[in-house]
Amino acid sequence: MSFASPMIQEPASVPEPAVAAKVAARNVNVHYAEKHALKDVSVDIPARAVTSFIGPSGCGKSTFLRCINRMNDTIPICRVTGEITIDGKDIYDSRLDVVLLRARVGMVFQKPNPFPKSIYENVAYGPRLHGMARNKTELDEIVVNSLKRASLFEEVKDRLQESGTGLSGGQQQRLCIARAIAVSPEVILMDEPCSALDPIATAKIEELIDELRSNFTIVIVTHSMQQAARVSQRTAFFHLGSLVEEGSTEQIFTNPKDKRTQDYITGRFG
Amino acid sequence: MTGFYYALMVALALGAYFLVRGRAAALANGQTLHSRPSYHGLLAAAQVILPMILIHFAGSVLAARFVEHQALVAMDPALLTDELRRGAAFREIREFAIGRGAANATQALQAGAAMYAYLSALTNWAVLGLGLAVGIAMALFSLRSISGEFRARNRFEQVVRYLLMACATVAVITTIGIVFSVLFETFRFFQKVSPIDFLFGTHWSPQTAIRADQVGSSGSFGMVPLLVGTLLISTIAILVAGPIGLFAAIYMAEYASPKFRAWAKPILEILAGIPTVVLGFFAALTVAPLIREVGTSLGLSVASESALAAGLVMGIMIVPFVSSLSDDVITAVPQSLRDGSFGMGATRSETIKKVVLPAALPGIVSAFMLAISRAVGETMIVVMAAGLAANLSFNPLDAVTTFTVQIKTILVGDQEFDSAKTLAAFALGFVLFFFTLTLNVIALAIVRKYREQYD
Ligand SMILES: Nc1ncnc2c1ncn2[C@@H]1O[C@H](COP(=O)(O)OP(=O)(O)OP(=O)(O)O)[C@@H](O)[C@H]1O
Ligand SMILES: [Mg+2]
Repeated sequence: MSFASPMIQEPASVPEPAVAAKVAARNVNVHYAEKHALKDVSVDIPARAVTSFIGPSGCGKSTFLRCINRMNDTIPICRVTGEITIDGKDIYDSRLDVVLLRARVGMVFQKPNPFPKSIYENVAYGPRLHGMARNKTELDEIVVNSLKRASLFEEVKDRLQESGTGLSGGQQQRLCIARAIAVSPEVILMDEPCSALDPIATAKIEELIDELRSNFTIVIVTHSMQQAARVSQRTAFFHLGSLVEEGSTEQIFTNPKDKRTQDYITGRFG
Repeated sequence: MTGFYYALMVALALGAYFLVRGRAAALANGQTLHSRPSYHGLLAAAQVILPMILIHFAGSVLAARFVEHQALVAMDPALLTDELRRGAAFREIREFAIGRGAANATQALQAGAAMYAYLSALTNWAVLGLGLAVGIAMALFSLRSISGEFRARNRFEQVVRYLLMACATVAVITTIGIVFSVLFETFRFFQKVSPIDFLFGTHWSPQTAIRADQVGSSGSFGMVPLLVGTLLISTIAILVAGPIGLFAAIYMAEYASPKFRAWAKPILEILAGIPTVVLGFFAALTVAPLIREVGTSLGLSVASESALAAGLVMGIMIVPFVSSLSDDVITAVPQSLRDGSFGMGATRSETIKKVVLPAALPGIVSAFMLAISRAVGETMIVVMAAGLAANLSFNPLDAVTTFTVQIKTILVGDQEFDSAKTLAAFALGFVLFFFTLTLNVIALAIVRKYREQYD
């Protein structure tokens, strides 16, 4: 199955943004019931690069991340306004099939959440759903390739039929990454993917993110400045629901324009 | 006397509690205590209550045997060895002693009754005295053992532990006792009827001749018709309750708004509280005639009491068992699994089918097993809606009968205790027990197998 075809039948009337961005957000506001969680966020996320979101707890990083694949739709009290486009097409368009959107925009969660199924079935889940393999051989190939790209294959190749929940935390998280890339998404969203992992497993995932960059657009939320500096090319700093500053990672960490950004990355608050 | 004993015990325990706690509190002013004063008090109360209960139980049992023995000896020593007359004689003695005996009592009976009255009073007082003495001694002992280092808190913890252990033991021993008594009677039954005939016989009519010269019914005890009847009705019931219950649970857990759920769930649970006899006449008076009418209009021959009627109503009865438990286990599946699935682009129903239900499977299986056990054990609805006729039939439109119904039928009314007919009830009970036990073991095995995989 190819995702190159447009998700919506008619071409959207949105003009191409100035910067050639994979994902572009314009004036995005999010309310949880009465709470104004995200205020007027506009940002461009470039293709085939790692963008990291940093900021103190509760500032809306996860909320914004979840807007990009419309996971906020599953929260009844959540209301999103503004515009988010992927490849110039509005993803909040009512004609868009949100199920297909989520196949294009994969997500890796803070806590590894492998399904209570075998390792093989975990990775085959998405391809099966979307009918991406015509037969068992093709499916096997997708599973093995995804596991290899998530650098997990060597560790699990002899026990593909064992339960995914029996793996270590780091392995589980790599399994979730393999599961996400098995449907060949264009964008991968990662919400603190290493927060439940030890330094060695974290290093492995970071290495993996760096490799995946050549094929995917990656957005990662992290609480670790070092991690943001190590893996990302662009960094966005959020504070109290607003996007304070966005730029190349180097610029944000060496020469932040905003006082709040500077305070945060030097550890003065947050 | 018993009431008086326990009133005394409570008074003594309360006294010990407050006295000891007060003393300990007084001590606490000068030094640090290992345990807070109330623990000293609680331990003291426990130390009074437990021995006193023990003395009362053991004392009463021993005293009763002693009194019976002595009273019979006083009446006529020969009675002791005469098992048949012994019980009746002792009953007579007791009746006479409380003044309800016949006026024309024999000399011997009077002597026995006098001995009974005298010894009863004596032993009662002895138990009371002993209990009181021990209670007071324990209270004093508690008072003396108060000290800064005394670990009343840890001791009390031990007391609690042994109490809980005792309760668990009682439950286990009762179960074992019931199983063995049923097993024992079943063996007696098998001395009269061959196990082969019982297990594989296809004819059930438990009427036996009460007197030797009676003609006709010699009784036949083949349980196959009952087994088939039980399976038939339970199968119908679970075919009704399984889908309805499970789908209702899925709707309530995954789709319904919290508001709907808040009132729908309690209503479903009320269904579980309807007495089965009410459901029974609903089955007999509404459902069975309806089935018969529909059947006849379709040209089928339907018995006025049918397995279908009983099975349908029983299915309705067990819907809440399936739905309520399934709902709980489905709700307990972590949200992160659903998020993971939605994040992969799965729809809600795909997520339910491929992730939520497999993860909840062990719990759902136990819900089904519980429901089946309820169906197999249910009597009232079957009596009222499916009849008593032991037909060997797989046709849900026929009247059939089940294990429980036959047990009830056999044991209602006057019975000769060691006739094959009466003993057959125990054999049926044993088979039923074995049946549900097997179900439970299977359920446990399934649950365990998937637990390993799904945690
Ligand atoms: N489901 C929800 N219902 C109501 N309020 C929510 C919900 N999710 C988030 N919020 C609120 O929205 C705000 C932003 O939350 P969000 O989870 O996006 O923060 P975050 O930046 O990801 O924080 P953290 O770094 O701690 O994960 C918070 O104030 C939070 O209380
Ligand atoms: Mg977050």
